[in-house]
Amino acid sequence: MNSISVKDITRKFGKLVAVDKVSLQIKEGELFGLLGPNGAGKTTLLSMLSTTLYPTSGTAEVNGFDVVKNPSEVRKSIGMVFQDPSLDDELTAFENLDMHGAFYGMNKKIRREKINEVIELVDLKEKLSIIVKNYSGGMKRRLEIARGLMHMPKVLFLDEPTLGLDPQTRRHIWDYIKQLNRRGKITVILTTHYMEEADYLCDRIAIIDNGKIIAIGKSDDLKEIIGGDVISVKSGDNERLGKLLGEKSWAKKIVQQDAFVTVSTAGAEKKIPEIIKLAEKADIEIESVSLRKPTLEDVFLHYTGKTMRAEEGNSRDSVKAFMRMHGRRV
Amino acid sequence: MGSEFNAVYYLWKRELIRYYRAKSRIIGSLAMPIFFLAFLGMGLGSAFTGVQGIGGSYMEFMAPGMIGMVLLFSSIFSGITVIMDKQFGILKEILVAPVSRFSVVMGKALGGTTTAIIQGILVLFIVMLMGIEINLYNLPLALIFMVLISLSFVSLGLAIASRMEDMHGFQLVMNFLIMPMFLLSSALFPLDGLPAWLKTISYLNPLTYGVDGLRGLFVGYSHFPVFFDLAVLAGFCVAMLLLGTYLFNKRE
Repeated sequence: MNSISVKDITRKFGKLVAVDKVSLQIKEGELFGLLGPNGAGKTTLLSMLSTTLYPTSGTAEVNGFDVVKNPSEVRKSIGMVFQDPSLDDELTAFENLDMHGAFYGMNKKIRREKINEVIELVDLKEKLSIIVKNYSGGMKRRLEIARGLMHMPKVLFLDEPTLGLDPQTRRHIWDYIKQLNRRGKITVILTTHYMEEADYLCDRIAIIDNGKIIAIGKSDDLKEIIGGDVISVKSGDNERLGKLLGEKSWAKKIVQQDAFVTVSTAGAEKKIPEIIKLAEKADIEIESVSLRKPTLEDVFLHYTGKTMRAEEGNSRDSVKAFMRMHGRRV
Repeated sequence: MGSEFNAVYYLWKRELIRYYRAKSRIIGSLAMPIFFLAFLGMGLGSAFTGVQGIGGSYMEFMAPGMIGMVLLFSSIFSGITVIMDKQFGILKEILVAPVSRFSVVMGKALGGTTTAIIQGILVLFIVMLMGIEINLYNLPLALIFMVLISLSFVSLGLAIASRMEDMHGFQLVMNFLIMPMFLLSSALFPLDGLPAWLKTISYLNPLTYGVDGLRGLFVGYSHFPVFFDLAVLAGFCVAMLLLGTYLFNKRE
């Protein structure tokens, strides 16, 4: 059964098309990732699925409920962890969780039980009676995840769950998310602009750019599109070397990028000597050769012709990310 | 239905918890009426004796005005804190929950009303400690007045907040709405001797009826009949509740 079923959903802000005719099916129990640079439309898509934003056109169903016609049923069945902090800083962790439970119609006894359960899951049991403004950034994030789970949602949305956190805390949060998904059989949909996060966590990934899904599938399948491994060569004349490599039948895709020419090919280890010989014959000096397994960054590059980092020029987003970095230290 | 009640209750409780934890805010807001009563009350006391519209001493005249002032400031501020909820993201968490907007407004309004009334009662104690005679037999009816004043202005605060993006505009609201309302409410001087245009503005000011009603009940004389004050205030309260709910619902 599908947890989420989206058809041609579009959202415009004035002239800007934030989400452009996206269609998507996510199965029950899946851990699904929306990967893309800042401003790609991930959060907008999530806001429509969680009923905080109306779609301009198109339809979406979450747990079988239409997000426009039946928002209150949708809300009851989902948990949401927002990109920006949304805890009440002046309440304790317990009060934050308890309030959340009350909003979702849980009685006092069930709230107590669930608070004990979710707080244990994120290792904050000892910190339950501390006022949240004294929490560190990582603790706040964990508490928000715990809160999203209070009312036993079937689907959990996580908007950039580890943005601005240090690597160690990020790893912890990844483990929590995985555990939740496996043990609790909760469908998890997360957005991220970290390749390694999507790669490590998600069963399936949709790569989003400019409001459109440009590729969707398992991480390994997506990398398969690249055509095997990636060899990057830095040489005296990348242009000419690229052309020469293009004549080889094993070279699947050749991209000139910054100071490198990159070739994707299967069995790349054995092709390195051949490349060097080819260069010598053509009298092109080789400065360096490196070989790596393809990453999702390569997939993104393959489809858009640009790197994800280059996409992150949007100043407002970087200010936001900067502020979050500093507001969310561990 | 149960979850709506739960939500209203918890939003109300949240305001009380936050109020209780912000001790400096409580002390800060009580200092003002104390200074007004002590300095203004004594300083202008002799000048105001025997002026038309002041039944007894000037401090006695001022006392209900001070309660009205604290109720006004504290309740408008409570309403406006929705902006902070919005800025710190808490509002998003509340709005994504399966709770109706009406319950959110009610929870916030009742919470703000309760804290404003606690402030008002604290001022009442201060007034009595300063030796001003208050008719406590009328306290139940006075409490109804206090509820109506607070509920009206929390709702007005909510209405303003739903039109504002951040707290920068608060200074404007303070200077162009709250201060004139306070100054022209008969809290500090009687309406009798005012020039006609100023009198008209005062009559249009809903707080005038709140302060006048409290004065009638607590110290025994008023410009209008107390039940007329009550009727005007109740009407205003209903209008503000509707406006607050309407504007709050409309956003997004």
